[in-house]
Amino acid sequence: MKLASQAHVHAETLARREQFDTAEQQRDASTLGMWVFLITEIMFFGGMFLAYSVYRTFYPQVFAVASSSMNAVIGATNTGVLLCSSFTMVMAVRAAQLGQRKAIITFLILTLLLGLAFLGLKGYEWTLKFEEHHVPGPSFHLDGVDMQGPAQIFFSLYFAMTGLHALHMVVGVGILTWLLIATYKGKFTAEYMTPVDIAGLYWHFVDIIWIFLFPLLYLIDRHLK
Amino acid sequence: MITTAVAEREHYLNASYGIKSWLLTKDHKRIALLYLATITLFFFLGGAFATLIRIELLTPQGGLVSSETYNKLFTMHGVTMIFFFLIPSIPATLGNFFLPMMIGARDLAFPRINLLSWYLLVVGGLLALFAMLAGGVDTGWTFYTPYSTTYSNSWVIATALGIFVAGFSSILTGLNFIVTVHRMRAPGMTWFRMPLFIWSMYATSLIQVLGTPVLAVTLVLVFCERVFHIGIFDPALGGDPVLFQHLFWFYSHPAVYIMILPAMGVISEIISVFSRKPVFGYAFVAFSSVAIAVVGFLVWGHHLFVSTQSVYAGMVFSFLSYFVAIPSAIKVFNWTATLYKGSISYATPMLYAFGFIGLFTIGGLTGLFVASLGIDVHVTDTYFVIAHFHYIMVGGAIMAYMGGLHYWWPKMTGRMYPEGWARLSALVIFLGFNLTFFPQFILGYLGMPRRYHVYPDEFQVLHVLSTAGASVLAVGYLMPMIYFIWSLRYGAVAPANPWGATGLEWKTASPPPVENFEETPVVTHEAYDYSTVMGEVIEVG
Amino acid sequence: MGSLPLFPEQASTFAPEVDHLLYYLLAVAVFFTVAIFGAIFYFAIRYRRRSDRELPLVIHGGLTLEILWSVIPFGLTMVMFTWGASIFFNESRPPADALQIYVVGKQWMWKLQHLEGQREINELHIPLGRAVRLTMTSEDVIHSFFVPAFRTKEDVVPGRYSTTWFQPTKPGKYHLFCAEYCGTRHSGMIGWVYVMEPRDYENWLNGGAPSGSLADQGAKLFESLACSNCHKPDGSGRCPTLVGLYGKNVQLASGATVKADEGYIRESILQPTAKIVAGYQPLMPTFQGLVTEEGVLQLVEYIKSLGPQPGAPAGASVPVAAPNKR
Repeated sequence: MKLASQAHVHAETLARREQFDTAEQQRDASTLGMWVFLITEIMFFGGMFLAYSVYRTFYPQVFAVASSSMNAVIGATNTGVLLCSSFTMVMAVRAAQLGQRKAIITFLILTLLLGLAFLGLKGYEWTLKFEEHHVPGPSFHLDGVDMQGPAQIFFSLYFAMTGLHALHMVVGVGILTWLLIATYKGKFTAEYMTPVDIAGLYWHFVDIIWIFLFPLLYLIDRHLK
Repeated sequence: MITTAVAEREHYLNASYGIKSWLLTKDHKRIALLYLATITLFFFLGGAFATLIRIELLTPQGGLVSSETYNKLFTMHGVTMIFFFLIPSIPATLGNFFLPMMIGARDLAFPRINLLSWYLLVVGGLLALFAMLAGGVDTGWTFYTPYSTTYSNSWVIATALGIFVAGFSSILTGLNFIVTVHRMRAPGMTWFRMPLFIWSMYATSLIQVLGTPVLAVTLVLVFCERVFHIGIFDPALGGDPVLFQHLFWFYSHPAVYIMILPAMGVISEIISVFSRKPVFGYAFVAFSSVAIAVVGFLVWGHHLFVSTQSVYAGMVFSFLSYFVAIPSAIKVFNWTATLYKGSISYATPMLYAFGFIGLFTIGGLTGLFVASLGIDVHVTDTYFVIAHFHYIMVGGAIMAYMGGLHYWWPKMTGRMYPEGWARLSALVIFLGFNLTFFPQFILGYLGMPRRYHVYPDEFQVLHVLSTAGASVLAVGYLMPMIYFIWSLRYGAVAPANPWGATGLEWKTASPPPVENFEETPVVTHEAYDYSTVMGEVIEVG
Repeated sequence: MGSLPLFPEQASTFAPEVDHLLYYLLAVAVFFTVAIFGAIFYFAIRYRRRSDRELPLVIHGGLTLEILWSVIPFGLTMVMFTWGASIFFNESRPPADALQIYVVGKQWMWKLQHLEGQREINELHIPLGRAVRLTMTSEDVIHSFFVPAFRTKEDVVPGRYSTTWFQPTKPGKYHLFCAEYCGTRHSGMIGWVYVMEPRDYENWLNGGAPSGSLADQGAKLFESLACSNCHKPDGSGRCPTLVGLYGKNVQLASGATVKADEGYIRESILQPTAKIVAGYQPLMPTFQGLVTEEGVLQLVEYIKSLGPQPGAPAGASVPVAAPNKR
């Protein structure tokens, strides 16, 4: 009977999780837990998106100039990098569903590298911003606008939002690393790959946040001066 | 220490010993007790601040403390009571202990995250405590900008950080409860066979999960503004101070429902058991919990009626605020109807339930006053509002918490509390509470503003009455502290089901075994079917 | 200790309206409180447990009852809403002929300015029987202007103007409180509103203001800040004429239209590039830091005093057909 064989195969797993009756219940609970967590993350980022939208409405010209000063090439590259990383992550989850250990490792490594590439590009972009005096603080100055106050607000929100996003990426990189080690040690099988599954959910979420950040910060009113 | 009478049988309290077995526990019951100890400490800290405030307000010109200190006292009273006592209280103690048991589960879905939640509350609390000891914070618990971001010279960042961390404690508890209710109900426990306490906890968890992150990001922005001087809320740099108020209240209004919904859940349980009848209108009470959670997210602007928010926005928020009042009214009527032709016991939990219904009714009705735009213009930011929310938070939530503690004490500890002293305390609390806060309605309408250290002479008599009541109330709260601890050693040994209640938690021993149930229960009947727990009966009604 | 007031005085036209709504609310509240307390008391005694073996008959509920006790309270609350909203709406619409007073709040005092030039600190003298409109701003944090006897309150926010109005009905002296926590001496930011018989008020006004009326002070500031270099009365300068500006609809370069109220004038002085008038260049420098909030109020009054353009009908848009000067 299916239940008995699952219990046999995953005695080790279930022993660690005494509160569940079946592996299926454990998997369902973990998945639901991750979805609920992602919803809290939407509310978290949502607050900042709201603040950004409000100030964009108050100061459209200043925000347009600020948007135009963003490096859309780096931004677009990063978007491509993240989209590819979501693809490789999906492939990793697929490999896990098929129990293909080597493939999981390959795709996790690719995802990891793409994630690190994103972080590297973002770090580079931030150093450019520093050189251009677009970092909020005493030496802040944006050319082309009279009111430096609202311009500083744009960049404060830019750094806060992309910084928070980058922090989530770093956590994601940490999770991927842990997954890699666990996969290498043979922890996952076709029947038990829930951590890979829910890590995939998390990774896609972080990607989607960027998909919203990029047009909002870099593209809207880009040519309006 | 447990006496020999109970030590023979193994249960969750004696299954393992030592500090590590508590600090590294994954047992939801032990975590509940860790929370109980922590929030009790914070309750008495917040109470100490309140005592100093009420003593200072005995005289119009103050004299006990400086204005700066007074401003810190009321700020820290609010921060402690709301974030470190009320919000965790019922969910993290009674919810943690009994939610899994009431649905027939062995534990929550994520026990280690549950333990993490407790540690987050402790860390957050320590950060806030550090701020208080290092000099205090004086912005009011509402942290309005630009005062909190640009002008205050107090420990804003440390306090905000403490609340931020504690917020994640709340989020993770909510997440745990949601997944547990969805995925871990015992066979036969359908949604509509769940006790109403579970419905309330579920609705509360929805709010915790959806609202708290917004507070978190608001605190992040306040932090950034204060540290980097960036001007998001500072008008001198183009920022909008009223935007802070919108962001803050978007969480903080639903937060009050985090504080009252669990209390309502406790009352549903108590009213039913001590009338020995199912709650009248079960489905309506269940759905009203969810309705409160949902509509509660739509009314935050009623805190901004005089803030320069547009007149039309004010009207929308006032209108919606009346919508959120109706489900609460439905509950009060259903609880009262449950008493009709019941078999009413006057045990202490029931006395607290009676007190709750009365005081929550008054508090809720005065909510209708402040929801009315014309009245609110006059009474907002006065003692009227203070009286309103204390009727709900203290007269409501804390009374329900006390009732729940007494109701479930035998199950948690295996001991009965002393009934005579307990009933006396309930009465003292009820009387002390009303004397403290009823005069504040009058003070408020007269025009006495909130957060005033000194006040015009003509308000003194009412303040003296209020302080007199507060001293009675303090006695009322100290008494249970004493007799609960006394009962751990000297209280009568409690049977599995001292009240004749129907919940699954009463089908296991007092205190329960580590895994809660010897075998997973199977549920075959509705909640609150008392015929199943009684032997020979006399039918009445 | 000794006096025990239990109800505030009614000293404005709003006060009885608000109090009547209060009485309705009190009636509803007392009714339901008595009903619930009474029912609990009665049921608890009548149905008290007489034997531990009692098992009451199960009554699950009744749809009719649930509907009744949802719909009837809802109806009662809709009266509360409508009544309160209508008072609120009136409170947001000061009469056109209201006496204008300017208020600047700062930690921890109220500065009030009459049009005739009188300045008061923590005191406001106003005449009986005439509507008074307050235009307010803060120099630092959020405050709130609260007069319990008038039943009015409005926050005073830095960076913007807020308004409130009232019409006093009884001579006397009434508490003024700051009602938004603003720091150490929040409870010291209090004062008095003196409502005087009209003749007494005239006498008080004639006590004089050494610096001239608010508009006169504004005119001086207008000159000293060199505003008249660009803002010429006939529109021949590089910037729009300000004659007849106040109250008119202004066409902006973005295509939008905005009403030239006090807030617009203030923003134009402190953040001139926020809204550019159609047909003009963003040439105006900001005067943030060069003029205080009180100075801005003087300039606002001066511009208000520049009256309608000769020949232009009331309510017309400010003419936009200015030559595109560089």
